[in-house]
Amino acid sequence: MNADKLQRIRSIILRAKRWDLFFTLLGILSLMVGVLTFTVLFVDMAIQGVPRLNLDFFTSFPSRRAANAGILSAWVGTVLVMLLTALAAVPLGVAAGVYLEEYAPKNWITDIIEINISNLAGIPSIVYGLLALGLFVYYFGFGQSILSAGLTLALLILPVIIVATREAIRAIPQSIHEGSYACGATTWQTVRDHILPYSSAGILTGVIIGMARAIGETAPIITIGALTFIAFLPPAPFSGEPPAGLFDWIFAPFTVMPIQMFNWTSRPEAAFAVNAAAAGFVLVFMTLAMNGLAIYVRYRLRKNIKW
Amino acid sequence: MTEHVSDRLSRKASRHVKERIIEFLLFGAAAFSVFITVAIVYVLVKESWVFFETVPLSDFLFDTQWTPLFDDAHYGIMVLLSGTLTSSGVALLVAIPLGTIIAIYLSEFAGFTVREVAKPFLELLGGVPTIVYGYFALTFITPLLQKFYPDLPGFNLLSAGLVMGIMIIPYVASLSEDAMRAVPMALREGSYAMGATRLQTALWVVTPAATSGIASAYILGISRAVGETMILAVAAGMQPNLTFNPTEPGATITSYIVQVALGDLPHGSIGYQTIFAAGLTLLLMTLAFNLLGYWLRKHYREVY
Repeated sequence: MNADKLQRIRSIILRAKRWDLFFTLLGILSLMVGVLTFTVLFVDMAIQGVPRLNLDFFTSFPSRRAANAGILSAWVGTVLVMLLTALAAVPLGVAAGVYLEEYAPKNWITDIIEINISNLAGIPSIVYGLLALGLFVYYFGFGQSILSAGLTLALLILPVIIVATREAIRAIPQSIHEGSYACGATTWQTVRDHILPYSSAGILTGVIIGMARAIGETAPIITIGALTFIAFLPPAPFSGEPPAGLFDWIFAPFTVMPIQMFNWTSRPEAAFAVNAAAAGFVLVFMTLAMNGLAIYVRYRLRKNIKW
Repeated sequence: MTEHVSDRLSRKASRHVKERIIEFLLFGAAAFSVFITVAIVYVLVKESWVFFETVPLSDFLFDTQWTPLFDDAHYGIMVLLSGTLTSSGVALLVAIPLGTIIAIYLSEFAGFTVREVAKPFLELLGGVPTIVYGYFALTFITPLLQKFYPDLPGFNLLSAGLVMGIMIIPYVASLSEDAMRAVPMALREGSYAMGATRLQTALWVVTPAATSGIASAYILGISRAVGETMILAVAAGMQPNLTFNPTEPGATITSYIVQVALGDLPHGSIGYQTIFAAGLTLLLMTLAFNLLGYWLRKHYREVY
């Protein structure tokens, strides 16, 4: 009788263990779907695109003949757009994050700002493109320029930077604030001398992740009307007709990496598909490098700081 | 009252003014985010308003054709909506089960090392530009699917939806996992003490306790799917097609906007305004999902 019961309990335990094992395998399998997709995507693109990668590819303009086409105007455009994006988004985002963590009183205005920021993060990127088309391109008259594109992407990654800044600041213990105030520092002195330096690594992580996202964004830039075929570079400072200035390039028409890739992808000829693969490889490599850097900075941060 | 103890203190007034100016500037930066929202709504509503003066709302909602650029113009948003819903449906059928299983696995089953490697990897998967996913759907997944189903056209909502699903997995998995990890250890220990297995604890104790967080992860996944653009523009074709069959080509709200933006429509024409009407529809949809998520978080939140 007792042995019988024991037998039953044993079989129940065995069954439960089998289910546990089954789910573990299911979990690993699901994870593998992601890993495998990414590997196949990366390897497939590398096999097609890497043979196309040579110096000429980086120093040639797009061309009607696939073999001569390159990404010179695309990568220069991407670098310039990213420069403006960072210049606009980083100060604004960090300032907003500092305000919400260090200054904001608990009232309905702060509530509205906070709800609004989490809402902005959920708005599809193409809607930002429509905003930029109506506001920057036509209302402010910036045209379909590097400036419009840089500002559009800045708006897009602003929530990312604000959230990262807030999290980095929240990780600083309250005692640091209290120590600073006890020495007679004002709020701004506390922020400038303590909060910002201590949270800079965390903020940097957020900025890198935001920029990695901006570099691959295609839809909003197409919406503001970036051209897909650009066989010239933006004017260098002081190079145009007088009165040429330092910042003439910000009003120049442009193209960026993902748009160049989209253009090549949507052409029927197979030779352009190879170009698309090569451009895609460069693009993925850049975003991976940036995300990897962000992960590394965060890892170092977690290891080094012991409050 | 006029005499100060030291001249350092006499500078206090100017110091105070400086502090106020800085606070005001920082407040301006934070308030700027509200300005973005207002500007989005203003631009979309203003352009759509002009559109709806020409096209009655009933046509927009109930017409079964979308041919705004033809002479015989029809403006039935249903056509674009069907593409959006079909592709999002396929994507969610992939992302929600896989994302949830991965979240449960990482939070309840996996060891420390697996989690430390898998989480950054998922982040990388989410960081791949969507145009690259689009290229992958068009040149790899579609030919692969055609081997099993030869009638599949070169552009179709199915392969775009599948790849979109893979793209969304990291968002669903990462947020759900955060929600599950926030469930206090005591609940798990109680469950184990009653003799429950890991799987029983995960499915009947941890998951129910994390419902509100998991639901908002799903909502985020849905709004990603609805707003996704480039995968569909590249791999699903851009022909408007009133269908819920994923093996057909189709246009979505987002890919239509891209299509128009690529062309050369004059500013102020009715074709130019259609993209704002389409964008407004998209914004209202994502806003509805966001509100739903907010409501779910508020009402199903378990506080420990």
